[in-house]
Amino acid sequence: MTRSMGFGEKMFDVVVWIILILVTLAVIIPLWYLLMVSVTPFDLWTRTGGTLFVAPWQMTFEGYRQLLTSPRLPRAFGVSVFITTVGTLLNLIVTTLMAYPLSKSNFPLRKPILLAVLFTTLFSGGMVPTYLVVRQLGLLNNYGSLMLPGLVSAFNLLVMIAFFRNLPAEIEEAATIDGASDWQVLWHIVLPLSKPILATIGLFYAVAHWNSFFDAVLYISNAEMQPLQVVLRSILSAGNVNEYVDPDAALMPQETLRMAAVVLTTLPLLFVYPLLQKHFTAGTLLGSVKE
Amino acid sequence: MGTQVQTQRQIRPRLNIGSWFQRLARDMRKHYILYLMLLPGVVYFLLFRYFPMYGAIIAFKDYRVLEGFWGSPWVGLKHFNTIFSSPFFYNVLGNTLIISIAKLLAGLPVAICFALLLNEVRLHWFKRSVQTITYLPHFLSWVVVFGVLLTTLSPSSGLLNKTIVAAGGQPINFLADPAWFRVVLVISDIWKDIGWGTIIYLAALAGISPSLYEAAAVDGATRLQRIIYITLPSIVPVIVLVTLLRIGNLLSAGFEQVFVLYNPSVYGVGDIIDTWVYRQGIQGFQFSVSAAVGLFKGAVGCILLVTANWLAKRFAGTGIW
Repeated sequence: MTRSMGFGEKMFDVVVWIILILVTLAVIIPLWYLLMVSVTPFDLWTRTGGTLFVAPWQMTFEGYRQLLTSPRLPRAFGVSVFITTVGTLLNLIVTTLMAYPLSKSNFPLRKPILLAVLFTTLFSGGMVPTYLVVRQLGLLNNYGSLMLPGLVSAFNLLVMIAFFRNLPAEIEEAATIDGASDWQVLWHIVLPLSKPILATIGLFYAVAHWNSFFDAVLYISNAEMQPLQVVLRSILSAGNVNEYVDPDAALMPQETLRMAAVVLTTLPLLFVYPLLQKHFTAGTLLGSVKE
Repeated sequence: MGTQVQTQRQIRPRLNIGSWFQRLARDMRKHYILYLMLLPGVVYFLLFRYFPMYGAIIAFKDYRVLEGFWGSPWVGLKHFNTIFSSPFFYNVLGNTLIISIAKLLAGLPVAICFALLLNEVRLHWFKRSVQTITYLPHFLSWVVVFGVLLTTLSPSSGLLNKTIVAAGGQPINFLADPAWFRVVLVISDIWKDIGWGTIIYLAALAGISPSLYEAAAVDGATRLQRIIYITLPSIVPVIVLVTLLRIGNLLSAGFEQVFVLYNPSVYGVGDIIDTWVYRQGIQGFQFSVSAAVGLFKGAVGCILLVTANWLAKRFAGTGIW
């Protein structure tokens, strides 16, 4: 290889690195800025507004304290925790129970039900008829409206079926010959082997619940019952954020309170992010090789 | 993938309905537990997926709450006539298409380029770090991204506007300016999924045989030539697949994003089909008219997807099914 090509290769690497670093900065800087705004004290805000660097000794967590000690945000936090845990549990139970029979090649209803499920990914009744069904079922202003309409995701179901089908059939056959019922095979043999897929799909569902916003806008009008994302949206667009905190508390910049609320909403996601990254990537790829 | 599915379909035996029911009845007696397991899921799909599809017939009726889906009187195509003669509808349809197509044309090349660049990095820790950071926004809700945009784009205190002012420009109210709102939609969409969108391409890239690159290097191909003649062609099927799915969703344009970010001052350029359906149908109680719009959207989406899939199979040799 000639010397000039070696130089060209190096230049190529440098250009690739520079572009990737720029993209990464474009992703991280707005988030970093938001974090800095959320700890900016009032006097600093009136002097400089938001800055990219707030000195550690100037940082204040007063915005966080005010939001957490007034009732509105913690309440919404509790609602979201409830929806996420109970909702995800229900999702996993129903999805697993449905996926298991459908993973058996000789199950007579396999083809028609799979087709019916696939059809729902192609066509849906639309927002208004779905809303009317939820209303007719008496689920308005009921937490059921945030958990039941999305109980089984077709995508997650197909991923789980694909996973079950890849398990070695011999183990199940051996257990059946030993007299185990279908239920015992699922509970004692299949599920213990399925921990990775349950984690992946559970995380898929949990993140969707935590981030879900519009279903609560549609179905929950009672302010007491609103989940975190809805309350965060009202805090972000409120004319006066101080209505959401103790009126006697020290005055904080509106921006600081708003961004502190954003950070509090995101915090639980950041805690599970390492897990998410690992399992989501695996799950997405599993989905793309479905039958 | 497409060809495999086809061969499976060809060898499927013809169904004999009578014997199929006999087999079902026998199987139900023997494996009744399996059918019980299936029950909650089937009830769910019937109640929350298929019942609303049936409910969509209110597009051809004057829906009255007390009389329900079935009892409300038929009115034929009245609501469709109303929609297709309404200038609002064409404005909303135009916005939807412009926003969707802009996202597709801008977002797809960005994701592909980003994947190709990542694929060129040989230092593992560097690649991992870039991926870890750029995947993050995918997991943020649109409400949180709204917070990010508010603080970055604020005309008075936002980072971007402070930079513009420092450079001698005038501050821009990006989120409330009709000239900028769609740009904000496209760029925030790219920002959120720039890293995540690469996963599917990186998976395809990982499958390329290293011997191809070695052979090309021996022949004296430069890095850029190797990308253009080896890497890029090997992900064409994935690109086709992603484009197909996006075309099938052309009339969606990202409902939650628009719904969270928009405000009355940008309705003229930002209002899309779904946001319009929500305001007219749910907030304005015009259930039948908005169900008709929803049905139109669903039917067109279906047709687009099937057509695009057919074209892709015909001319590119790959498809979704």
